[in-house]
Amino acid sequence: MSDSLTHSAAAAAAPRPGPGRRLVVHGLGLAIFAAMPAIAAAAGDPFVVSLFTRFLIYAIAAVALDLVMGYGALISFGHAAFFGLGGYVVGIIAHHAAETGTIFGLATSNSALVVWPVAIGLSALLALIIGALSLRTQGVQFIMITLAFGQMVYFMLVSLEVYGGDDGLLIMERNTLPGLDLSDPTVFYYLCLAVLACWLLLCRRLVGSRFGMVLRGLKQNERRAVNLGFAPLPHRLAAFVISGAGTGLAGVLWANYALYVSPDMAAWSKSGEFMSIVILGGVGTLFGPVIGAAVFLGLEQLLAIWTEHWMLVMGPVLVAVVLFARRGLYGFLVGERSHD
Amino acid sequence: MSTLLIEQILNGLQYGAMLFLLASGLTLIFGIMGVINLTHGSFYMVGAFCAAYAATATGSFAAAVLAALVGAGLYGLVMELVVIRRLYARDHLDQVLATFGMILFTNELVSVVFGRTPPFMDIPSFLTGTVALLPGLSYPVVRLAFILVGAVVAVGLWLLITRTRIGMLIRAGADDRAMVDALGVDIRRLFSLVFALGAVLCGLAGVMTAPLLAVEIGMGERILITTFVVIVVGGVGSVRGAAVGALIVGMIDSLGRAYIPITLYELLPPEIASTLAAGLVSASIYVAMAAILLVRPRGLLPARG
Repeated sequence: MSDSLTHSAAAAAAPRPGPGRRLVVHGLGLAIFAAMPAIAAAAGDPFVVSLFTRFLIYAIAAVALDLVMGYGALISFGHAAFFGLGGYVVGIIAHHAAETGTIFGLATSNSALVVWPVAIGLSALLALIIGALSLRTQGVQFIMITLAFGQMVYFMLVSLEVYGGDDGLLIMERNTLPGLDLSDPTVFYYLCLAVLACWLLLCRRLVGSRFGMVLRGLKQNERRAVNLGFAPLPHRLAAFVISGAGTGLAGVLWANYALYVSPDMAAWSKSGEFMSIVILGGVGTLFGPVIGAAVFLGLEQLLAIWTEHWMLVMGPVLVAVVLFARRGLYGFLVGERSHD
Repeated sequence: MSTLLIEQILNGLQYGAMLFLLASGLTLIFGIMGVINLTHGSFYMVGAFCAAYAATATGSFAAAVLAALVGAGLYGLVMELVVIRRLYARDHLDQVLATFGMILFTNELVSVVFGRTPPFMDIPSFLTGTVALLPGLSYPVVRLAFILVGAVVAVGLWLLITRTRIGMLIRAGADDRAMVDALGVDIRRLFSLVFALGAVLCGLAGVMTAPLLAVEIGMGERILITTFVVIVVGGVGSVRGAAVGALIVGMIDSLGRAYIPITLYELLPPEIASTLAAGLVSASIYVAMAAILLVRPRGLLPARG
């Protein structure tokens, strides 16, 4: 155990020379994502860009979830709540902008520079509240209490009749960013790609930092970490809040992508999807969830084209991945010792 | 006012009885083998669909009960042998993903086998009508019958667990699986048995729901989440906890439905009250759960160990 700690520490301190497989996988992945709009344009199928935008947005949420799940061993089954909240903040502000031009007496803004930080901040606040309460429990209780908080948020959104209740809320236009035309699908795609890249870099720094080390030390052996003088709660809570903010950001992008928010964004099955994506891609790796998001959503799309009863196939595929590909797809692609 | 209270308490008892059927199996499975089984709600759905289908096909309530118990029990047994069995040694994450996959599969399977339009099940003729419990308070016979069934099953389960050899092994297995294994008991077979029993109880809960609520795809997940709340409130792994948790959640839900709107309308302007009431009613059990966990993080009556 301590061996793998020093191993990770060394890996974080300096990029290891050696197996180029990881480099190939990362490079190839980045190249595919970067070139996708050009490929789609060449193939004359703009739908592909839309599909890949979805991959990117889900990947942001999945990376955020893996931050607590893979590095903190905190299995949160309620992360869709932050996804939903992030989306609803965008939707609600847009709704008031269209109706009255003010929200709670304040002037509304359609600028991403205003709306997005508010949405992310509120998601972080919600994560602080849910995390502070949930982290009193551990293990299976933690899974279930996060699930319950997720359901609370879901029911609150359903009961918001002014904002469409069950039916959700249509959004008239995407938020604006100076210098960029977000209504252009390709521009929006590249924005999502840039956001994902920044988010990955941030998480990588975080995981490799002293904070990340403590988090992983707590995961491996809580008693040892505590005896070394590290308090579990502040580290775990901070990770939970950062993760919630990241998932909220994904929700913000989703609201802008779909131009529609509904309580389903916060439903428990969405949390299950995020979790499936992380596990499919590889728990405890930052690039695994990106692969997981592309494969999960891509498979869903392909199967749905093939048969109306695609879940009849999707379900057993997930079971098979659990049973036979234990390190997830990233571990399968990169091979031995697949932490990153 | 007081008849409303009594009526809601009876409704809470009935809902609690149904929740107990689901929660006792789920918590036994978790307590003994440490498996988080998200498909538990699917057995309930399978039971309800089998019951409604058999009732429509034969017109007999007995056939519906039989179909639900056998259908849910068999499906549970097959699931244990094919999938769950391979998950004992895995961590919770793997179990959550695999059983999440099986939910997707089961939902689609049920809609392929029984069709997309939800079947409808009538209340059997001998359970229709109401009975006057008190002057001014008449209560549906069918609900009283279900309370009775729940109580009988709860007592039966309690006797099974506390008074029989199988029950002794179940309790021992929940406390220390390795020790029971070392004593020469085939813990895997014991677990298959408990798992199938859990599925049969789900089937029974399915029959009890089919005539009262809509039988539909996805009903299993809704109740599963509530069942989790029951288990967490009561204490994971303990059947007594499941019973206490089921009663508490049943009561909060049914009393909340009656009294939260009344109270809010008295205190607040109607437009705010209606929005807030709908949300609070749905969220009341989760709020209660959070409150209980704040005081007792392991639930009210946690299993030892």
